[in-house]
Amino acid sequence: MLAYIARRLIAIPFLLLGVASVSFLLSQMTKGDPLAALVPERMMDNPEIVAAVKAQWGLDQPLPVRYGIYISNLLQGDLGTSFATRRPVAVDIAERLPATLELVFAAMIIGTIMGVGLGLLSARFRGSVFDGLARIFALIGSSLPIFWSGLILLYLLSVRVALVPGTGRLPPRVEPPPDVTGFYTVDALLAGDLDLFAQALAHLALPALVLGWAVSGVITRLVRSSLIEGLSQDYARTARAKGAPERVVLINHALRNALIPLLTILGFTFAYLITGAVLTEAIFAWPGIGSYAVRGAASLDYPAIGGVTIVGSIAFLLANLLTDIAYAWANPRIKVGG
Amino acid sequence: MTAAPDAAPGAVLPAPRRRPLVGLARAWRRLPPTAKVGAAILLFWVVVVLTIQLWPLADPLKMVGRRLQEPSAEFWLGTDALGRDVFARTLHGAVWSIPIAFVVVACAVAIGSALGAVAGFFGGWWDSIIMRLVDVTVSFPPILLAMAVAAMLGPGLLNASIAMIIVWWPIYARLMRAQVLEVREREHVEAAVAGGAPSGRILVVHVLPLCWTPTLINATMDFGQVVLLAASLSFIGLGATPPSPEWGSMISEGATRFYNWWIAFGPGMAILSVVLASSFLGDGLRDLFDRRSA
Repeated sequence: MLAYIARRLIAIPFLLLGVASVSFLLSQMTKGDPLAALVPERMMDNPEIVAAVKAQWGLDQPLPVRYGIYISNLLQGDLGTSFATRRPVAVDIAERLPATLELVFAAMIIGTIMGVGLGLLSARFRGSVFDGLARIFALIGSSLPIFWSGLILLYLLSVRVALVPGTGRLPPRVEPPPDVTGFYTVDALLAGDLDLFAQALAHLALPALVLGWAVSGVITRLVRSSLIEGLSQDYARTARAKGAPERVVLINHALRNALIPLLTILGFTFAYLITGAVLTEAIFAWPGIGSYAVRGAASLDYPAIGGVTIVGSIAFLLANLLTDIAYAWANPRIKVGG
Repeated sequence: MTAAPDAAPGAVLPAPRRRPLVGLARAWRRLPPTAKVGAAILLFWVVVVLTIQLWPLADPLKMVGRRLQEPSAEFWLGTDALGRDVFARTLHGAVWSIPIAFVVVACAVAIGSALGAVAGFFGGWWDSIIMRLVDVTVSFPPILLAMAVAAMLGPGLLNASIAMIIVWWPIYARLMRAQVLEVREREHVEAAVAGGAPSGRILVVHVLPLCWTPTLINATMDFGQVVLLAASLSFIGLGATPPSPEWGSMISEGATRFYNWWIAFGPGMAILSVVLASSFLGDGLRDLFDRRSA
């Protein structure tokens, strides 16, 4: 198992290099002159300024040299400068990342609770009306276009019945809490401001619920099927023979074994989460890196999308690695390639 | 040596005659009801695409009534900000989404399967190069890769389709490679090798025909996901561009007119129906043909 993990760890830098190379190639193939984005229009006539900018960005160099500059910039954490905000992309992303993480964590918690709960009940009352409804609810969750369900729920719950506030992380003109973790809910609690906490939580609730529902679909399906498999195993029969009530067989025996596949879907749902987060942020005007990428895509701000792509890929690779390690650790029966 | 000396190299026993239509009818009867519903929904959308000119619908690009009317007997899904009939636009949206998803899945299957088959069958350097390419491609979160490619190529449905093919081919490369690796070791392949058949022929005649089941099941399930991603890209502004009645861009128009919920309602339901239908049908096919992975 250690050899397997070591092999995965060694592969990561190469995969990251591959990701960076693809991003570089994409940025080089972009239509439109990168100079136009870097030099204000009225300075275009000035050959000295144009030459200076070209030299600064290495635009006068051949492709392999530009690639070298790009990679060495990346290694120093320099993702380029956004055409739209005129600030370093790395700074923009660092500023917006906590908002995305807060949304994703909240959605993950909601999705896991919903998914495991529905999966448990669905396996316990297999074949009943409830089972059918739970499966349909899960299936719809993972099939809904999230940018549409978000919109409709926002209309129903915020416009028709004022149950949740509108978009954004806080009401307009409300000062965010002093920055500690970047999570408004946590920071508000740390500052002891319960009123602010309630407001931040209310704003977080709907986008996290929409995203959590999407994620819960996958989890429900998996928990249900592995519980049903567990309930038909010998150990479940033995437990029943010893007189254990069905509830105990389900929780103490079947669920414990279902936790292994549950670990793997943490990595599996991550792709859902990223996709969902990008679109949810766009609908809820959530100031995270997803809406940053969407705005970048709409204005063809390549450095912005490229930066989010690289950061997202790093997170994706790490999530997959952690999943593999967790899986190998939790299930000693599985010898993953030595 | 008892074998006839004039036997052609690589010759095999004649296969039992197939009767595809009978097999198809039998398979249909064994499909679970949900899969039949899925097939019916997909068929409905295909028929809509093929016969859209014959429907008594309003022109999806013309103003046909007052702006922003609620759903009524005249306009079943209301009118949008330019007074266009949302119901007509929703049905016309299928003409964009369904063929695009079909082309994207077909291209991804063709490219991915070809590369996966070569990687699995020939192994060695081919395998290393192709599978490293797959590894790098799947290191990107799908939507971000699609956004980056689509933004690089510029907005438009063709470019969005290329972006989606780039996102999807690795799945089929992995599937096909795994299948080929398994089938390659079977005895009939060994027999063909012993008979002296050239390796290209062995791959095409003896290996590939046995490898399609997982690919076809996966392609059925992915069809809805492609519709969903295409709509997502259009929603972001990287796919179809405004006047065209594409589902994603209709929802993005609806998103700017928050109180007029009906603008986005139809296209959202349409997307949901396709995604659900294709996962119903894909699930059913998997239960029927590929019990192992069910």
